[in-house]
Amino acid sequence: MSERVPVRRTAKLFIAGTFPRSESGRSYEVTSHDGRPLAHAAQASRKDLREAVVAARAAQSGWAAMTAYNRGQILYRVAELMEGRRGQFEAELADAGAADPVRGVSAAIDRWVWYAGWADKIAQVAGSSNPVAGPYFNFTIPEPTGVVGIVAPPDQSLLGLVSRLAPAIVSGNTAVVIASEPAPLPAVSLGEVLATSDVPAGVVNILTGRTAELVPWLAGHMDVNAIDVTGVPEDLLTEAETLAAENVKRVHRGPKTDPFDAAAQGPAEITALMEFKTVWHPMGA
Amino acid sequence: MSQAAPLARLAPAPVAMPGDAARLVARSPAVDAVGLEGRAASLATRSIKQASKRRALELAIRCMDLTTLEGSDTPGKIVALCAKAVRPDPLEPTIPSVAAVCLYPQLVPVAVEQLANSSVAVASVAGGFPSGLGPLEARLAEIRAVAASGADEIDIVLNRSLFLGGRYADAFAELVAAREAAGTAHLKVILETGELGSYDRVRQASVLAMAAGADFIKTSTGKIGVNATLPIALCMMEAVREFHAQTGRAVGVKVAGGIRKSKQAIQYLVVLHETLGTHWLTPERFRIGASSLLNDILMQLSKGATGRYAGPDYFTDD
Amino acid sequence: MSDAIERTSAPWDYAPAPESRELVKLQDRYGLFIGGAFVEPKSGRSYTTIDPSSEEPLAEVAEAGAQDVARAVEAAREAADGWQALPGAERAKYLFRIARQLQERAREFAVLESMNGGKPIKESRDIDLPLAAAHFFYYAGWADKLAYAFPGRSPRPLGVAGQIIPWNFPLLMASWKLAPALAAGNTAVLKPAETTPLTALLLAQVIQEAELPPGVVNILTGAGSTGAALVDAPVDKIAFTGSTEVGKAIRRATAGTGKRLTLELGGKAANIVFEDAPLDQAVEGVVNGIFFNQGHVCCAGSRLLVQEPVFEVLLDKLKQRLQTLRLGDPLDKNTDIGAINSRAQLEKIEALVATGQQEGAELYQPDCALPERGFWFRPSLFTGVTQSHRIAREEIFGPVLSILTFRTPEEAVTKANDTPYGLSAGIWTEKGSRILWMAQRMRAGVVWANTFNRFDPTSPFGGYQESGFGREGGLHGLAPYLALDGPPA
Repeated sequence: MSERVPVRRTAKLFIAGTFPRSESGRSYEVTSHDGRPLAHAAQASRKDLREAVVAARAAQSGWAAMTAYNRGQILYRVAELMEGRRGQFEAELADAGAADPVRGVSAAIDRWVWYAGWADKIAQVAGSSNPVAGPYFNFTIPEPTGVVGIVAPPDQSLLGLVSRLAPAIVSGNTAVVIASEPAPLPAVSLGEVLATSDVPAGVVNILTGRTAELVPWLAGHMDVNAIDVTGVPEDLLTEAETLAAENVKRVHRGPKTDPFDAAAQGPAEITALMEFKTVWHPMGA
Repeated sequence: MSQAAPLARLAPAPVAMPGDAARLVARSPAVDAVGLEGRAASLATRSIKQASKRRALELAIRCMDLTTLEGSDTPGKIVALCAKAVRPDPLEPTIPSVAAVCLYPQLVPVAVEQLANSSVAVASVAGGFPSGLGPLEARLAEIRAVAASGADEIDIVLNRSLFLGGRYADAFAELVAAREAAGTAHLKVILETGELGSYDRVRQASVLAMAAGADFIKTSTGKIGVNATLPIALCMMEAVREFHAQTGRAVGVKVAGGIRKSKQAIQYLVVLHETLGTHWLTPERFRIGASSLLNDILMQLSKGATGRYAGPDYFTDD
Repeated sequence: MSDAIERTSAPWDYAPAPESRELVKLQDRYGLFIGGAFVEPKSGRSYTTIDPSSEEPLAEVAEAGAQDVARAVEAAREAADGWQALPGAERAKYLFRIARQLQERAREFAVLESMNGGKPIKESRDIDLPLAAAHFFYYAGWADKLAYAFPGRSPRPLGVAGQIIPWNFPLLMASWKLAPALAAGNTAVLKPAETTPLTALLLAQVIQEAELPPGVVNILTGAGSTGAALVDAPVDKIAFTGSTEVGKAIRRATAGTGKRLTLELGGKAANIVFEDAPLDQAVEGVVNGIFFNQGHVCCAGSRLLVQEPVFEVLLDKLKQRLQTLRLGDPLDKNTDIGAINSRAQLEKIEALVATGQQEGAELYQPDCALPERGFWFRPSLFTGVTQSHRIAREEIFGPVLSILTFRTPEEAVTKANDTPYGLSAGIWTEKGSRILWMAQRMRAGVVWANTFNRFDPTSPFGGYQESGFGREGGLHGLAPYLALDGPPA
């Protein structure tokens, strides 16, 4: 009796809620940590990145306009879907060489839930009413900065990605993610989870491909408001920050702790990608 | 309908002078958008069932201005529209005729002839529809011509360029001139609420139009992206209520644009009923400008009668 | 056209649109929920709970006695260490489960709430249920973030909380109490109101399905004596929502015991309408303020303070608006005004309204038919009311609005604050600076501007003075359930 032929995976880009191949037609081979071929992931080009930014911008005002409660609910549901797919995630992490895939997936889901719970709280912790010396009501509110570029860390390819992405979008930013180059499959699966969730199309866009090729285009893009350089290799960091200067992008790097550590998560990861608006209004009969 | 009215009607006279226009606008009450939208949303949750649903659907038909405003309209198209207007469902003679057909000036004579022996009125747009920004004399001439060619009702637009530019006296004067040009025809003033920017402005525009002698105030031309919504209708109905309380004159409300489903039509009737009361539940004081809505209502009526969900193949396209 | 007018002169009656009761599977009798299971009361006592719109019996529920209270507190105490030791993220996931179930079973809960309490289904469906789920959702997210709520401190739960809730928003009050208590790491003994036990008992089933560790939440149905026993029991904290009178009694009973206490009591809120207010929306706000939930609302806008120049116009609009209010079967989706919760409450309302008339105020009520059975009161307005009238000072807790006038903002503030209560207030004006100036001066824990009766789990709610102390909702709603006086983090 012959063995069943499994249906193999195609790993494509995730842009504007759909899964296109790269417009360049390129792909690259993804192998396991021990050299087994796993799939051919799309190799994103600068034009794919351009389209991803367009999609992220188009989706941003709607995502930010939702109530915080709504965003929190939608992100919580993403965690529900991740939990349902944990088998796939665990297998992908094992292929990527993770020491404890089960622990890694659980940590990623729990971190996602943690950040989802911040949606309707960040304003209370990061905002304030300010007792100015005059008959004015004065308050400071945090707002999402807009479109955030994220360079995900090459290792810890699920937990590391979640640790960058969740705090970026919970406040109402949209994201263009450059996935881990050696281990992109958990990011591709996360894209599939997002596509079947209530997260609107364009809020998260995921590009697989060569980090060194894509980072300069992301860092220099004039319609990206902030860039998370956590996954940028040391030898590219200076170039990235230099390019980011052109539209005064906010540049943020995540904490350098073990991602499993509690110190690896915090509301500062959310507010790093937010703007603070202060409003004055006179008080008089 | 072109049946000679038993008595020549007296068109409503303006109740203010152009010099008053700015003051009318300034004194128009503020409208809280969140509160208004909340009230409309709450009314939209009313559940209308059984006999009262059937009654509402039939009323919606009787209040409908079956509309076609396309550059490609031909006499053939109008003949079919008029037949549909008189007998919406050829297999159900109990279903009433609509209130009026609404079309472009060039097609008025065709409709007048088709509807000569029916209860369906002929309404036409005029006055440089939809922008209303042609030369004033040409616009007034168009209104007079349309009235002369037999239209019972004339739908014109408020000059938003003047209104949004703050030239209230001029905007008002144009409306008064249009009132005069329309003679005894029913005059509907389209506010184009989607362009006005806020509910305060919708209220102000309503006041100006009513004070100028409009028989009806109407939401939209149907030619731009944002048309009738429940909060806009509620805002206009509150203005009508206030005007009636102050002057004793009952002005009608027409909602138009984007109303395709029976459920929406019923929601507008609920808002009308709970704001202006039972005496406005009549084609004399309420109209829905629509086209595809008619078949959706027929399908709903069919479900009510047979217990089965209907399909579009069972109703005529025109 | 005369045919058209004739045909529409008959009123449009909307036809009955009842929400189905089939969804609700009531048991004949319910035990107490202690230690994760339904148990028979040691008191041996039970009573029948009814539907106040028809006086029909719905089910038999237990009346917990002193021994039952002791048993429940013990179960909560036993569960406390384990619950507190759980990582916050795990506690959070239990609370998320409860929130999700409330959403999934929202319709069932809403129907039951209206059946047992009398409020219109459109309110339980559109307000009570979504808010209840949202409270669990919001506080679930705090369970593992307490360090950020109180920077520099290491917050610890208090232990066991005894929580006593009223009959006006039974499920919602249960969620306002349980969600923050559990998120903070406490266990709880909850005592629902005597007349409205059923949604709390259904919540107990949800808690079982969520597999919350046994004893973390215990639910004791019963009467006033049950609540009193809970106040006296060895709990660490008491949270009470109800009348000012009982709140004072609880304050006296807990004096010197070291128990932490929060009270959310009565109110006599002023709803202030200025001449420049958006009047048609102000009418909606005034109507909502006093007739929402038949006026059974602690923060109800029961005093309308209207600036003299617009008194006539506003009164006229109010009277017209009252005529469109639909009173009747709470389960009919078109009902605006439901049943009064109990015969006792109806008698209180009737007595105060009679007093108002005797005091010389003028009563207006629309002409709506009252069903034969059940407890009903027409929405009512009193004009000619002054501050010295009892109907302007005492909480009626019914659909009765007292209307007074004022001239200046200063006068409005003085009149609004002229009460031992201080729960809420409403301000209607287009002028932003006046809103803020007034809000600054109002002695009220919740100020609504150009809106009324808006609630949100992120927004702290509670009163000044005799309306109680402590806040529920928001960051401030966590503090009452935590010890913050330990060594800093």
